[in-house]
Amino acid sequence: MASSEEDGTVEEKENNNKKRTKSALVTAWLTFYNIAMTAGWLVLAITMMRFYIQRGTHKGLYRSIARTLKFFQTFALVEVRLTFVGIVKTSVIVNGVQVCSRIFMVWFVTNSIRQIQNEESVILFLVVWTVMEISRYSYYTFSLLHHLPYFIKWARYNFFIVLYPLGVAGELLTIYAALPFVRRSGMYSMRLPNKYNVSFDYYYCLIIVMLSYIPLFPQLYLHMLRQRRRVLHGEVIVEKDE
Amino acid sequence: MKHYEVEILDAKTKDKLCFLDKVEPNATIGEIKSMFHKSHPQWYPARQSIRLDPKGKSLKDEDVLQHLPVGTTATFYFRDLGAQISWVTVFLTEYTGPLVIYLMFYFRVPFIYASKYDFTTSKHWVVHLACMCHSFHYVKRLLETLFVHRFSHGTMPLRNIFKNCTYYWGFAAWMAYYINHPLYTPPIYGEQQIRLALIIFLFCQIGNFSIHIALRNLRPPGSKTRKIPYPTKNPFTWIFLLVSCPNYTYELGSWLGFTLMTQCLPVAFFTLVGFVQMTVWAKGKHRSYLKEFRDYPPLRSPILPFIL
Repeated sequence: MASSEEDGTVEEKENNNKKRTKSALVTAWLTFYNIAMTAGWLVLAITMMRFYIQRGTHKGLYRSIARTLKFFQTFALVEVRLTFVGIVKTSVIVNGVQVCSRIFMVWFVTNSIRQIQNEESVILFLVVWTVMEISRYSYYTFSLLHHLPYFIKWARYNFFIVLYPLGVAGELLTIYAALPFVRRSGMYSMRLPNKYNVSFDYYYCLIIVMLSYIPLFPQLYLHMLRQRRRVLHGEVIVEKDE
Repeated sequence: MKHYEVEILDAKTKDKLCFLDKVEPNATIGEIKSMFHKSHPQWYPARQSIRLDPKGKSLKDEDVLQHLPVGTTATFYFRDLGAQISWVTVFLTEYTGPLVIYLMFYFRVPFIYASKYDFTTSKHWVVHLACMCHSFHYVKRLLETLFVHRFSHGTMPLRNIFKNCTYYWGFAAWMAYYINHPLYTPPIYGEQQIRLALIIFLFCQIGNFSIHIALRNLRPPGSKTRKIPYPTKNPFTWIFLLVSCPNYTYELGSWLGFTLMTQCLPVAFFTLVGFVQMTVWAKGKHRSYLKEFRDYPPLRSPILPFIL
Protein backbone atom coordinates (compact mmCIF):
# COMPACT_ATOMS: atom_id res chain seq x y z
CA MET A 1 0.00 0.00 0.00
CA ALA A 2 1.21 3.45 -0.90
CA SER A 3 0.90 4.97 2.58
CA SER A 4 2.81 2.21 4.36
CA GLU A 5 5.46 2.38 1.66
CA GLU A 6 5.81 6.07 2.34
CA ASP A 7 5.99 5.41 6.05
CA GLY A 8 8.68 2.89 5.36
CA THR A 9 10.81 5.30 3.40
CA VAL A 10 10.27 8.10 5.91
CA GLU A 11 11.40 5.79 8.68
CA GLU A 12 14.39 4.75 6.65
CA LYS A 13 15.29 8.39 6.02
CA GLU A 14 14.94 9.08 9.72
CA ASN A 15 17.20 6.17 10.54
CA ASN A 16 19.72 7.29 7.96
CA ASN A 17 19.57 10.79 9.35
CA LYS A 18 20.11 9.42 12.84
CA LYS A 19 23.11 7.47 11.59
CA ARG A 20 24.44 10.51 9.80
CA THR A 21 23.98 12.80 12.79
CA LYS A 22 25.57 10.18 15.01
CA SER A 23 28.59 9.81 12.79
CA ALA A 24 28.77 13.59 12.32
CA LEU A 25 28.80 13.95 16.09
CA VAL A 26 31.45 11.28 16.44
CA THR A 27 33.57 12.89 13.73
CA ALA A 28 33.23 16.30 15.36
CA TRP A 29 34.26 14.88 18.70
CA LEU A 30 37.19 13.01 17.17
CA THR A 31 38.37 16.14 15.37
CA PHE A 32 38.20 18.11 18.58
CA TYR A 33 40.11 15.37 20.40
CA ASN A 34 42.87 15.27 17.80
CA ILE A 35 43.19 19.07 17.68
CA ALA A 36 43.47 19.13 21.46
CA MET A 37 46.15 16.42 21.47
CA THR A 38 48.15 18.13 18.70
CA ALA A 39 47.98 21.37 20.67
CA GLY A 40 49.01 19.62 23.87
CA TRP A 41 52.10 18.03 22.38
CA LEU A 42 52.97 21.32 20.62
CA VAL A 43 52.85 23.05 24.00
CA LEU A 44 55.16 20.37 25.38
CA ALA A 45 57.57 20.83 22.48
CA ILE A 46 57.64 24.60 22.84
CA THR A 47 58.07 24.43 26.62
CA MET A 48 60.97 22.02 26.25
CA MET A 49 62.66 24.20 23.62
CA ARG A 50 62.19 27.35 25.70
CA PHE A 51 63.62 25.66 28.77
CA TYR A 52 66.69 24.50 26.93
CA ILE A 53 67.24 27.87 25.21
CA GLN A 54 66.85 29.78 28.48
CA ARG A 55 68.79 27.45 30.77
CA GLY A 56 71.23 25.87 28.34
CA THR A 57 70.93 22.53 30.14
CA HIS A 58 68.47 19.68 30.21
CA LYS A 59 68.66 19.28 33.96
CA GLY A 60 65.32 20.04 35.47
CA LEU A 61 63.61 19.96 32.09
CA TYR A 62 61.62 16.86 32.93
CA ARG A 63 60.29 18.38 36.14
CA SER A 64 59.13 21.46 34.29
CA ILE A 65 56.98 19.51 31.82
CA ALA A 66 56.11 16.52 34.01
CA ARG A 67 52.50 17.48 34.73
CA THR A 68 51.61 18.38 31.15
CA LEU A 69 53.26 15.20 29.88
CA LYS A 70 51.38 13.02 32.35
CA PHE A 71 48.10 14.66 31.46
CA PHE A 72 48.34 14.32 27.70
CA GLN A 73 49.96 10.93 27.67
CA THR A 74 47.36 9.48 30.04
CA PHE A 75 44.54 11.03 28.05
CA ALA A 76 45.66 8.84 25.14
CA LEU A 77 43.96 5.94 26.95
CA VAL A 78 40.81 7.27 25.32
CA GLU A 79 42.20 6.05 22.02
CA VAL A 80 42.30 2.47 23.19
CA ARG A 81 38.58 2.70 23.92
CA LEU A 82 37.99 4.21 20.48
CA THR A 83 39.88 1.48 18.62
CA PHE A 84 38.12 -1.16 20.71
CA VAL A 85 34.70 0.21 19.84
CA GLY A 86 35.74 0.44 16.21
CA ILE A 87 35.44 4.17 15.73
CA VAL A 88 39.13 4.46 14.93
CA LYS A 89 40.44 1.90 12.49
CA THR A 90 43.69 0.80 14.06
CA SER A 91 44.45 -2.57 15.52
CA VAL A 92 43.38 -2.60 19.17
CA ILE A 93 46.40 -4.66 20.12
CA VAL A 94 48.94 -2.43 18.38
CA ASN A 95 47.45 0.73 19.79
CA GLY A 96 46.96 -0.88 23.20
CA VAL A 97 50.58 -2.03 23.45
CA GLN A 98 51.89 1.39 22.45
CA VAL A 99 49.71 3.29 24.91
CA CYS A 100 50.51 0.82 27.69
CA SER A 101 54.23 1.16 27.21
CA ARG A 102 53.93 4.95 27.24
CA ILE A 103 51.83 4.98 30.40
CA PHE A 104 54.26 2.56 32.01
CA MET A 105 57.26 4.76 31.18
CA VAL A 106 55.61 7.97 32.34
CA TRP A 107 53.97 6.74 35.55
CA PHE A 108 56.06 3.83 36.70
CA VAL A 109 59.53 4.83 35.62
CA THR A 110 60.20 8.55 35.20
CA ASN A 111 57.49 9.70 37.59
CA SER A 112 58.40 7.36 40.42
CA ILE A 113 62.16 7.18 40.16
CA ARG A 114 63.34 10.75 40.77
CA GLN A 115 67.00 10.01 40.37
CA ILE A 116 66.82 9.28 36.66
CA GLN A 117 64.77 12.31 35.65
CA ASN A 118 67.83 14.21 34.50
CA GLU A 119 69.26 11.45 32.37
CA GLU A 120 69.95 12.24 28.72
CA SER A 121 67.99 9.18 27.68
CA VAL A 122 64.85 10.81 29.10
CA ILE A 123 65.33 13.83 26.87
CA LEU A 124 65.90 11.47 23.95
CA PHE A 125 62.60 9.70 24.26
CA LEU A 126 60.75 12.90 25.16
CA VAL A 127 61.91 14.55 21.95
CA VAL A 128 61.05 11.44 19.94
CA TRP A 129 57.58 11.13 21.48
CA THR A 130 56.86 14.83 20.95
CA VAL A 131 57.77 14.80 17.26
CA MET A 132 55.90 11.55 16.63
CA GLU A 133 52.76 12.60 18.47
CA ILE A 134 52.60 16.01 16.83
CA SER A 135 52.89 14.46 13.36
CA ARG A 136 50.45 11.68 14.25
CA TYR A 137 47.71 13.83 15.77
CA SER A 138 47.97 16.52 13.11
CA TYR A 139 47.71 13.74 10.51
CA TYR A 140 44.48 12.53 12.14
CA THR A 141 43.16 16.08 12.46
CA PHE A 142 43.73 17.00 8.84
CA SER A 143 42.40 13.64 7.64
CA LEU A 144 39.17 14.22 9.52
CA LEU A 145 38.92 17.69 8.04
CA HIS A 146 39.50 16.13 4.58
CA HIS A 147 42.32 18.55 3.96
CA LEU A 148 45.53 16.59 4.38
CA PRO A 149 48.73 18.32 3.24
CA TYR A 150 51.12 15.80 1.74
CA PHE A 151 54.01 16.78 3.98
CA ILE A 152 52.01 15.81 7.07
CA LYS A 153 51.27 12.41 5.59
CA TRP A 154 54.93 12.13 4.60
CA ALA A 155 56.08 13.09 8.09
CA ARG A 156 53.74 10.67 9.84
CA TYR A 157 54.80 7.73 7.73
CA ASN A 158 58.53 8.48 7.44
CA PHE A 159 59.69 10.02 10.71
CA PHE A 160 59.05 6.78 12.56
CA ILE A 161 61.70 4.97 10.53
CA VAL A 162 64.41 6.77 12.47
CA LEU A 163 62.44 7.92 15.50
CA TYR A 164 61.01 4.55 16.58
CA PRO A 165 64.42 2.94 17.18
CA LEU A 166 65.68 6.15 18.80
CA GLY A 167 62.69 6.27 21.09
CA VAL A 168 63.13 2.63 22.06
CA ALA A 169 66.80 3.32 22.78
CA GLY A 170 65.84 6.24 25.02
CA GLU A 171 63.26 4.19 26.89
CA LEU A 172 65.51 1.18 27.40
CA LEU A 173 68.45 3.30 28.54
CA THR A 174 66.18 5.06 31.03
CA ILE A 175 64.87 1.81 32.50
CA TYR A 176 68.42 0.46 32.66
CA ALA A 177 69.58 3.60 34.49
CA ALA A 178 66.73 3.19 36.95
CA LEU A 179 67.57 -0.39 37.88
CA PRO A 180 70.12 0.27 40.64
CA PHE A 181 67.79 2.75 42.36
CA VAL A 182 64.93 0.29 42.23
CA ARG A 183 67.05 -2.46 43.68
CA ARG A 184 68.33 -0.30 46.50
CA SER A 185 64.96 1.14 47.49
CA GLY A 186 62.93 -2.03 46.98
CA MET A 187 60.08 0.09 45.63
CA TYR A 188 56.79 -1.46 44.46
CA SER A 189 58.05 -4.77 45.78
CA MET A 190 56.59 -7.23 48.23
CA ARG A 191 58.54 -9.93 50.04
CA LEU A 192 57.62 -13.08 51.89
CA PRO A 193 56.31 -13.75 54.44
CA ASN A 194 53.04 -11.83 54.13
CA LYS A 195 49.39 -12.73 54.62
CA TYR A 196 48.66 -12.78 50.88
CA ASN A 197 51.35 -15.36 50.24
CA VAL A 198 52.65 -13.60 47.18
CA SER A 199 55.84 -11.79 46.30
CA PHE A 200 56.72 -9.25 43.66
CA ASP A 201 60.09 -7.85 42.74
CA TYR A 202 59.90 -4.65 40.71
CA TYR A 203 63.56 -4.98 39.78
CA TYR A 204 62.99 -8.26 37.93
CA CYS A 205 59.73 -6.93 36.56
CA LEU A 206 61.65 -4.08 34.90
CA ILE A 207 64.15 -6.55 33.46
CA ILE A 208 61.28 -8.57 32.00
CA VAL A 209 59.81 -5.36 30.56
CA MET A 210 63.13 -4.60 28.91
CA LEU A 211 63.32 -8.11 27.47
CA SER A 212 59.77 -7.84 26.15
CA TYR A 213 60.91 -5.08 23.81
CA ILE A 214 62.75 -7.79 21.85
CA PRO A 215 59.64 -9.55 20.53
CA LEU A 216 57.32 -6.53 20.63
CA PHE A 217 59.32 -3.74 19.01
CA PRO A 218 59.98 -5.53 15.66
CA GLN A 219 56.30 -6.34 15.35
CA LEU A 220 55.23 -2.73 15.89
CA TYR A 221 57.95 -1.50 13.56
CA LEU A 222 56.99 -3.94 10.80
CA HIS A 223 53.35 -3.00 11.27
CA MET A 224 54.22 0.67 10.69
CA LEU A 225 56.34 -0.25 7.65
CA ARG A 226 53.43 -2.17 6.17
CA GLN A 227 51.07 0.76 6.84
CA ARG A 228 53.60 3.06 5.20
CA ARG A 229 53.77 0.90 2.09
CA ARG A 230 50.02 0.84 1.89
CA VAL A 231 49.40 4.55 2.46
CA LEU A 232 52.30 6.14 0.60
CA HIS A 233 52.65 3.71 -2.29
CA GLY A 234 49.10 2.47 -2.63
CA GLU A 235 47.95 -1.09 -2.23
CA VAL A 236 49.58 -3.61 -4.49
CA ILE A 237 47.16 -6.36 -5.42
CA VAL A 238 48.61 -9.52 -6.91
CA GLU A 239 46.18 -11.29 -9.19
CA LYS A 240 46.68 -14.94 -9.86
CA ASP A 241 45.08 -14.80 -13.29
CA GLU A 242 48.27 -15.08 -15.29
CA MET B 1 20.70 -46.34 -7.79
CA LYS B 2 21.97 -43.11 -9.21
CA HIS B 3 25.54 -42.37 -8.31
CA TYR B 4 26.86 -38.93 -7.55
CA GLU B 5 30.01 -37.29 -8.76
CA VAL B 6 31.90 -35.25 -6.24
CA GLU B 7 34.52 -32.65 -7.00
CA ILE B 8 36.48 -30.95 -4.26
CA LEU B 9 37.99 -27.52 -4.87
CA ASP B 10 40.38 -25.51 -2.76
CA ALA B 11 38.33 -22.81 -1.02
CA LYS B 12 40.99 -20.12 -1.58
CA THR B 13 42.52 -20.88 -4.97
CA LYS B 14 39.52 -22.78 -6.44
CA ASP B 15 41.95 -25.39 -7.79
CA LYS B 16 40.44 -28.78 -8.44
CA LEU B 17 41.92 -30.99 -5.76
CA CYS B 18 39.98 -34.18 -6.13
CA PHE B 19 37.34 -35.80 -8.31
CA LEU B 20 35.34 -38.74 -7.03
CA ASP B 21 32.98 -40.58 -9.28
CA LYS B 22 30.44 -43.26 -8.45
CA VAL B 23 29.75 -41.92 -4.97
CA GLU B 24 26.76 -43.50 -3.24
CA PRO B 25 23.89 -41.08 -2.59
CA ASN B 26 23.78 -42.11 1.05
CA ALA B 27 27.49 -41.48 1.53
CA THR B 28 28.29 -39.21 4.45
CA ILE B 29 30.67 -36.27 4.48
CA GLY B 30 32.85 -38.36 6.79
CA GLU B 31 33.14 -41.05 4.11
CA ILE B 32 33.91 -38.44 1.47
CA LYS B 33 36.64 -37.07 3.74
CA SER B 34 38.18 -40.55 3.95
CA MET B 35 38.13 -40.84 0.18
CA PHE B 36 39.72 -37.41 -0.16
CA HIS B 37 42.36 -38.44 2.36
CA LYS B 38 43.34 -41.36 0.10
CA SER B 39 44.26 -39.03 -2.74
CA HIS B 40 45.87 -36.48 -0.42
CA PRO B 41 47.46 -38.45 2.43
CA GLN B 42 48.78 -35.34 4.17
CA TRP B 43 45.23 -34.12 4.85
CA TYR B 44 43.77 -36.63 7.27
CA PRO B 45 39.99 -36.28 7.76
CA ALA B 46 40.27 -34.41 11.06
CA ARG B 47 41.98 -31.47 9.42
CA GLN B 48 39.56 -31.23 6.49
CA SER B 49 36.88 -28.60 6.48
CA ILE B 50 34.40 -29.37 3.70
CA ARG B 51 31.80 -26.79 2.83
CA LEU B 52 29.27 -25.98 0.15
CA ASP B 53 30.47 -22.42 -0.13
CA PRO B 54 34.10 -21.22 0.08
CA LYS B 55 33.20 -18.86 2.91
CA GLY B 56 30.45 -20.96 4.42
CA LYS B 57 30.21 -23.14 7.48
CA SER B 58 31.85 -26.53 7.66
CA LEU B 59 29.64 -29.49 6.87
CA LYS B 60 29.27 -32.12 9.56
CA ASP B 61 30.65 -35.62 9.18
CA GLU B 62 27.15 -37.06 9.63
CA ASP B 63 25.61 -35.04 6.78
CA VAL B 64 24.40 -37.33 3.99
CA LEU B 65 25.22 -36.45 0.38
CA GLN B 66 21.73 -36.83 -1.04
CA HIS B 67 20.21 -34.61 1.68
CA LEU B 68 22.50 -31.73 0.82
CA PRO B 69 21.44 -29.01 -1.63
CA VAL B 70 23.66 -30.31 -4.43
CA GLY B 71 23.06 -31.72 -7.88
CA THR B 72 24.28 -35.12 -9.02
CA THR B 73 27.64 -33.49 -9.58
CA ALA B 74 28.40 -31.99 -6.20
CA THR B 75 31.01 -29.30 -5.74
CA PHE B 76 32.55 -28.92 -2.34
CA TYR B 77 35.19 -26.51 -1.09
CA PHE B 78 38.07 -27.61 1.10
CA ARG B 79 39.91 -25.70 3.76
CA ASP B 80 42.91 -27.05 5.67
CA LEU B 81 42.33 -26.65 9.39
CA GLY B 82 46.00 -27.19 10.12
CA ALA B 83 47.58 -29.91 12.19
CA GLN B 84 45.07 -31.35 14.63
CA ILE B 85 45.40 -33.03 17.95
CA SER B 86 42.77 -35.04 19.77
CA TRP B 87 40.91 -33.42 22.68
CA VAL B 88 41.71 -36.39 24.88
CA THR B 89 45.44 -35.94 24.28
CA VAL B 90 45.25 -32.23 25.04
CA PHE B 91 43.25 -32.74 28.23
CA LEU B 92 45.53 -35.49 29.49
CA THR B 93 48.64 -33.41 28.86
CA GLU B 94 47.32 -30.18 30.27
CA TYR B 95 46.01 -31.88 33.45
CA THR B 96 48.99 -34.13 34.15
CA GLY B 97 51.30 -31.11 34.20
CA PRO B 98 49.73 -29.35 37.21
CA LEU B 99 49.49 -32.63 39.09
CA VAL B 100 53.21 -33.35 38.72
CA ILE B 101 54.39 -29.75 39.03
CA TYR B 102 52.50 -29.08 42.24
CA LEU B 103 53.93 -32.25 43.80
CA MET B 104 57.44 -31.15 42.85
CA PHE B 105 56.93 -27.94 44.81
CA TYR B 106 55.22 -29.81 47.66
CA PHE B 107 58.15 -32.17 48.09
CA ARG B 108 60.51 -29.20 47.71
CA VAL B 109 62.57 -30.68 44.95
CA PRO B 110 66.05 -29.01 44.75
CA PHE B 111 66.66 -25.70 42.95
CA ILE B 112 63.24 -24.25 43.79
CA TYR B 113 63.75 -22.99 47.30
CA ALA B 114 66.95 -22.40 49.25
CA SER B 115 68.97 -25.63 49.44
CA LYS B 116 68.54 -26.00 53.19
CA TYR B 117 64.83 -26.69 52.52
CA ASP B 118 65.39 -29.45 49.95
CA PHE B 119 63.03 -32.36 50.49
CA THR B 120 61.67 -30.94 53.71
CA THR B 121 57.95 -30.72 54.37
CA SER B 122 55.91 -27.77 55.55
CA LYS B 123 55.04 -27.56 59.22
CA HIS B 124 51.53 -26.26 58.45
CA TRP B 125 48.88 -28.97 58.10
CA VAL B 126 46.86 -26.75 55.71
CA VAL B 127 49.71 -27.12 53.20
CA HIS B 128 49.28 -30.90 53.27
CA LEU B 129 45.53 -30.51 52.93
CA ALA B 130 45.97 -28.14 50.00
CA CYS B 131 48.24 -30.62 48.26
CA MET B 132 45.67 -33.36 48.70
CA CYS B 133 42.88 -31.16 47.35
CA HIS B 134 44.85 -29.92 44.38
CA SER B 135 46.02 -33.41 43.47
CA PHE B 136 42.54 -34.84 43.96
CA HIS B 137 41.14 -32.19 41.64
CA TYR B 138 43.49 -33.01 38.80
CA VAL B 139 43.25 -36.77 39.25
CA LYS B 140 39.48 -36.35 39.05
CA ARG B 141 39.87 -34.36 35.84
CA LEU B 142 42.14 -37.01 34.30
CA LEU B 143 39.73 -39.82 35.17
CA GLU B 144 36.80 -37.83 33.83
CA THR B 145 38.66 -37.26 30.57
CA LEU B 146 39.28 -40.98 30.22
CA PHE B 147 35.95 -42.36 31.41
CA VAL B 148 33.24 -39.74 31.64
CA HIS B 149 33.36 -37.03 29.02
CA ARG B 150 31.80 -37.54 25.60
CA PHE B 151 33.38 -35.08 23.19
CA SER B 152 31.44 -33.64 20.26
CA HIS B 153 34.62 -32.67 18.44
CA GLY B 154 37.39 -35.20 18.11
CA THR B 155 40.23 -32.76 17.55
CA MET B 156 41.43 -29.21 17.98
CA PRO B 157 44.25 -27.25 16.29
CA LEU B 158 47.71 -28.30 17.41
CA ARG B 159 48.77 -24.85 18.60
CA ASN B 160 46.10 -25.02 21.30
CA ILE B 161 48.09 -27.55 23.26
CA PHE B 162 50.94 -25.06 23.70
CA LYS B 163 48.60 -22.28 24.71
CA ASN B 164 46.61 -24.45 27.12
CA CYS B 165 49.61 -26.13 28.70
CA THR B 166 51.33 -22.79 29.26
CA TYR B 167 48.21 -21.59 31.08
CA TYR B 168 47.67 -24.64 33.29
CA TRP B 169 51.29 -25.50 33.96
CA GLY B 170 52.33 -21.87 34.45
CA PHE B 171 49.61 -21.11 36.96
CA ALA B 172 50.15 -24.41 38.77
CA ALA B 173 53.83 -23.57 39.25
CA TRP B 174 53.05 -20.04 40.37
CA MET B 175 50.47 -21.16 42.95
CA ALA B 176 52.47 -24.15 44.16
CA TYR B 177 55.58 -22.01 44.68
CA TYR B 178 53.88 -19.85 47.29
CA ILE B 179 51.71 -22.43 49.00
CA ASN B 180 54.65 -24.75 49.60
CA HIS B 181 57.12 -21.98 50.39
CA PRO B 182 59.02 -22.23 53.66
CA LEU B 183 57.78 -18.71 54.49
CA TYR B 184 54.13 -19.54 53.79
CA THR B 185 51.63 -17.81 56.10
CA PRO B 186 48.57 -19.94 56.98
CA PRO B 187 45.05 -18.43 56.80
CA ILE B 188 44.27 -15.64 59.27
CA TYR B 189 41.16 -17.24 60.71
CA GLY B 190 42.93 -20.55 61.11
CA GLU B 191 41.01 -23.77 61.52
CA GLN B 192 37.57 -22.20 60.98
CA GLN B 193 38.60 -20.75 57.67
CA ILE B 194 40.25 -23.95 56.50
CA ARG B 195 37.29 -26.10 57.52
CA LEU B 196 34.78 -23.88 55.74
CA ALA B 197 37.01 -23.79 52.67
CA LEU B 198 37.30 -27.58 52.63
CA ILE B 199 33.53 -28.00 52.85
CA ILE B 200 33.00 -25.60 49.95
CA PHE B 201 35.70 -27.33 47.95
CA LEU B 202 34.36 -30.86 48.47
CA PHE B 203 30.77 -29.79 47.89
CA CYS B 204 31.69 -28.23 44.58
CA GLN B 205 33.87 -31.14 43.52
CA ILE B 206 30.96 -33.54 44.05
CA GLY B 207 28.66 -31.07 42.31
CA ASN B 208 30.97 -30.73 39.34
CA PHE B 209 31.25 -34.51 39.04
CA SER B 210 27.47 -34.93 39.26
CA ILE B 211 27.00 -32.48 36.41
CA HIS B 212 29.56 -34.29 34.28
CA ILE B 213 27.75 -37.58 34.85
CA ALA B 214 24.39 -35.99 34.08
CA LEU B 215 25.72 -34.51 30.84
CA ARG B 216 27.25 -37.84 29.88
CA ASN B 217 23.94 -39.60 30.38
CA LEU B 218 22.24 -37.17 28.05
CA ARG B 219 24.26 -38.53 25.20
CA PRO B 220 24.19 -42.16 24.09
CA PRO B 221 27.67 -43.68 23.56
CA GLY B 222 29.32 -42.71 20.27
CA SER B 223 26.71 -40.11 19.43
CA LYS B 224 26.93 -36.36 19.12
CA THR B 225 23.33 -35.49 19.92
CA ARG B 226 22.52 -32.42 21.94
CA LYS B 227 19.67 -32.26 24.42
CA ILE B 228 18.55 -29.84 27.11
CA PRO B 229 19.95 -30.98 30.46
CA TYR B 230 17.42 -31.26 33.28
CA PRO B 231 17.71 -31.86 37.05
CA THR B 232 17.90 -35.55 37.99
CA LYS B 233 17.35 -37.36 41.27
CA ASN B 234 20.81 -36.20 42.39
CA PRO B 235 20.32 -32.98 44.42
CA PHE B 236 23.58 -31.60 43.05
CA THR B 237 21.95 -31.41 39.61
CA TRP B 238 18.99 -29.36 40.82
CA ILE B 239 21.08 -26.29 39.99
CA PHE B 240 20.11 -26.98 36.36
CA LEU B 241 16.88 -25.16 37.21
CA LEU B 242 18.79 -21.91 37.49
CA VAL B 243 21.95 -22.32 35.42
CA SER B 244 22.84 -23.58 31.92
CA CYS B 245 26.43 -24.59 32.69
CA PRO B 246 26.52 -25.63 36.35
CA ASN B 247 29.76 -27.52 35.78
CA TYR B 248 31.43 -24.12 35.47
CA THR B 249 29.53 -22.79 38.47
CA TYR B 250 30.79 -25.67 40.61
CA GLU B 251 34.29 -25.28 39.19
CA LEU B 252 34.32 -21.64 40.25
CA GLY B 253 33.10 -22.69 43.68
CA SER B 254 35.88 -25.26 44.02
CA TRP B 255 38.56 -22.72 43.27
CA LEU B 256 36.99 -20.13 45.57
CA GLY B 257 37.19 -22.79 48.25
CA PHE B 258 40.81 -23.46 47.44
CA THR B 259 41.59 -19.72 47.52
CA LEU B 260 39.99 -19.45 50.95
CA MET B 261 41.87 -22.51 52.14
CA THR B 262 45.30 -21.33 51.06
CA GLN B 263 44.78 -17.56 51.37
CA CYS B 264 47.13 -17.10 48.48
CA LEU B 265 46.82 -14.23 46.00
CA PRO B 266 48.07 -16.19 42.96
CA VAL B 267 45.29 -18.72 43.61
CA ALA B 268 42.75 -15.88 43.71
CA PHE B 269 44.16 -14.61 40.45
CA PHE B 270 43.92 -18.05 38.86
CA THR B 271 40.31 -18.30 40.04
CA LEU B 272 39.52 -14.93 38.52
CA VAL B 273 41.06 -15.70 35.14
CA GLY B 274 39.35 -19.08 35.05
CA PHE B 275 36.06 -17.45 35.94
CA VAL B 276 36.36 -14.96 33.08
CA GLN B 277 37.11 -17.74 30.59
CA MET B 278 34.33 -19.99 31.88
CA THR B 279 31.87 -17.13 31.72
CA VAL B 280 32.72 -16.60 28.07
CA TRP B 281 32.19 -20.33 27.39
CA ALA B 282 28.99 -20.44 29.45
CA LYS B 283 27.51 -17.47 27.61
CA GLY B 284 28.33 -19.11 24.27
CA LYS B 285 26.78 -22.40 25.33
CA HIS B 286 23.71 -20.64 26.71
CA ARG B 287 23.27 -18.76 23.47
CA SER B 288 23.51 -21.93 21.37
CA TYR B 289 21.00 -23.66 23.67
CA LEU B 290 18.59 -20.78 23.14
CA LYS B 291 19.13 -20.90 19.40
CA GLU B 292 18.68 -24.64 19.11
CA PHE B 293 15.77 -25.23 21.48
CA ARG B 294 12.58 -23.17 21.31
CA ASP B 295 11.35 -24.45 24.63
CA TYR B 296 14.53 -23.67 26.57
CA PRO B 297 13.70 -22.85 30.22
CA PRO B 298 13.69 -19.06 30.53
CA LEU B 299 14.68 -18.99 34.20
CA ARG B 300 18.23 -20.18 33.50
CA SER B 301 21.31 -17.95 33.47
CA PRO B 302 24.58 -18.99 31.81
CA ILE B 303 26.79 -19.43 34.87
CA LEU B 304 25.63 -17.55 38.00
CA PRO B 305 21.95 -17.85 39.02
CA PHE B 306 20.12 -14.63 38.13
CA ILE B 307 23.38 -12.71 37.84
CA LEU B 308 25.46 -13.74 34.86
